[in-house]
Amino acid sequence: MPQGDHIELHQKRHGYRLDHFERKRKREAREVHKRSAMAKKALGIKGKMFAKKRYAEKALMKKTIAMHEESSTRRKVDDEVHEGAVPAYLLDRESTTRAKVLSNTIKQKRKEKAGKWEVPLPKVRPVAEDEMFRVIRTGKRKIRKRNIPGIGFPGQKLANAHFCAKQWKRMVTKATFVGPSFTRKPPKYERFIRPSGLRFTKAHVTHPELKCTFNLEIIGVKKNPNGTMYTSLGVMTKGTIIEVNVSELGLVTPAGKVVWGKYAQVTNNPENDGCINAVLLV
Amino acid sequence: MEVEARPESMNTNTVMCLLTDPEGTPLGSSMYIPQTAGPLQLQELVNKLLKNEEKLPYAFYIEDKELMAQLETYLEKNKVSVEKTLRIIYQPQAIFRIRPVNRCSSTIAGHTEAVLTVAFSPDGRNLASGSGDTTVRLWDLNTQTPLFTCTGHKNWVLSIAWSPDGKHLISGSKAGELLCWDPQTGMQSGNPLTGHKKWITGISWEPVHLKSPCRRFVSSSKDGDARIWDVLLKKCVICLTGHTLAVTCVKWGGDGLIYTSSQDCTIKVWESSQGKLIRELKGHGHWVNSLALSTEYVLRTGAFDHTGKQFSSPEEMKQAALERYNKMRGNAPERLVSGSDDFTMFLWEPNVSKHPKARLTGHQQLVNHVYFSPDGQWIASASFDKSVKLWNGTTGKFVAAFRGHVGPVYQISWSADSRLLLSGSKDSTLKVWDVHKQKLKQDLPGHADEVFAVDWSPDGDKVASGGRDRDLKLWMN
Repeated sequence: MPQGDHIELHQKRHGYRLDHFERKRKREAREVHKRSAMAKKALGIKGKMFAKKRYAEKALMKKTIAMHEESSTRRKVDDEVHEGAVPAYLLDRESTTRAKVLSNTIKQKRKEKAGKWEVPLPKVRPVAEDEMFRVIRTGKRKIRKRNIPGIGFPGQKLANAHFCAKQWKRMVTKATFVGPSFTRKPPKYERFIRPSGLRFTKAHVTHPELKCTFNLEIIGVKKNPNGTMYTSLGVMTKGTIIEVNVSELGLVTPAGKVVWGKYAQVTNNPENDGCINAVLLV
Repeated sequence: MEVEARPESMNTNTVMCLLTDPEGTPLGSSMYIPQTAGPLQLQELVNKLLKNEEKLPYAFYIEDKELMAQLETYLEKNKVSVEKTLRIIYQPQAIFRIRPVNRCSSTIAGHTEAVLTVAFSPDGRNLASGSGDTTVRLWDLNTQTPLFTCTGHKNWVLSIAWSPDGKHLISGSKAGELLCWDPQTGMQSGNPLTGHKKWITGISWEPVHLKSPCRRFVSSSKDGDARIWDVLLKKCVICLTGHTLAVTCVKWGGDGLIYTSSQDCTIKVWESSQGKLIRELKGHGHWVNSLALSTEYVLRTGAFDHTGKQFSSPEEMKQAALERYNKMRGNAPERLVSGSDDFTMFLWEPNVSKHPKARLTGHQQLVNHVYFSPDGQWIASASFDKSVKLWNGTTGKFVAAFRGHVGPVYQISWSADSRLLLSGSKDSTLKVWDVHKQKLKQDLPGHADEVFAVDWSPDGDKVASGGRDRDLKLWMN
């Protein structure tokens, strides 16, 4: 660690060396050559990192040059007629909220055109029951039985199987939504376990016309295409219709009421991605 | 009256009352009135005392509360001492009644962009609208179809204004030019009036009782100027400069003063013959958005009243307008109310003093539009906090809040009899409010998107509204 500003102090007292600025200029002039040599030589991760850094620098430089040029060049006055006319009293207001607010008009037209369940993902891959659930073996009394075919994971070692008696518990292996009012049953009666690590309360919902995404709270699972049981369990797989809370988007019905619940379809595999992406059904 | 109603002479209880007009001038001396008297009896009494030939309707207020039942019930309810003189304020009501609109009579498509402004002509027979598609359209109210399409503007048409005699229509655009139209033919009369460097925010005509036929009008612009123009000379007569930021609203008062509000937080009062600055009204802490005059409705409609009378000569019109104006104003000075971004409003009497008469607080968001009722008794304010609030027009006291909209309220409009109030909102609905019951009278859904402009026709049977969904809607009863 440097201890004190010796060099600066010396320079203050005695001034610069006579050739200080000449040396400094030369060093700076050499810098570009050094750098290009480095760029040629660097290999592998170092080369990549160097290239990335250099790219960022150049991009920034170009931007600043463009900005300087813009202030000096003369342009034509912007007298085009823009879309999205607003009255005089709204002209000076910020229009940041504009993207959030929906054009009701488009929405209604869509509604007229579309059937009730015309969804962005019309077909989904069926999910088999043994993929959806994993058998949990419970009970401490042992039974002396052989491997029972067709239970447990495919390829799972059934080492445990000899020591646990009961096999009626299931763990859901997919993402689930568990409502805030959910209370667990006593473990003895709990048939389905929904792991808390795979529970979700929020979804990234994209509005298809506005092309913007909001992080919205999930209200419920409306339909899981794999079956009503999954719907009631709140399992969210790809293609599931969920209801989300859109009150912060400020949507309004034609009658002037605030819309707060809207349906959305899950577009990713939440159990693989760790998040839920969905498109709003309008 | 006094003799009959002595407490000793009759068995009924009486109360000492003093009848005053809204300004506080007493009508006769205080008198004993039987407690069983209700608004009807008081009305007869006032008519008799004022020696009105035809009976006028009146509303009665005790401490800003309307008297609905007999005096007795009021005294009991509010535990008022019978020993003190009870001040009862009487306010004349319109002798005609306007029925609330309750249905959409037609949706006229035509504009290809959002409708930004609508205005009925002073006699209520014509309707014009300005839109983001750079056109002004005139509509036929009888057949409810488009009449003329006036093209000529280079950018969005932001404001339109009818002259009080109904002979001219002026429109201002985002490009800053003003165009003059002939409502009879829909043709542009003369070249564009250029001078403003930025968009037009408001237009106001010289009152017809000061000058007839109408020639001059004033326009305000984003560039910080207001300009007085002459329609016949087709040029700018006076340029009112002084504001440091955009001028948001301009009004030409009945005494020949021009009021401008600006984003530099001030209101300036100008003299209209030479354009001298007379007063500067300071007080607001943020942009001033909107101005309203107590006489505004009379100034707008000029000589035309609810009877639908037509005038043959300008002089006759001037005479009639002056009569109406004087009757409306009484002997009180003109009042001005300003709504601002600092969530408050100020009530001024610019002729009397440069200090505000009252500060009207209560809104939780910026006040976008303020409007005096046609009789000057009420002030209504539309705010982005989703409410419309009603204030006493003379004192500025808070009266009621109308809640019901779920989005910011953009514009309001009064019916000609001051009994109903109309509001248009971002939530795509219009709502009609009953001022006396202080309740929602009618909800008018129908627009598919934000409602930008509303106007209640001066003859009272139609409402026009336009908005982002590009349709112009007419509402009737």
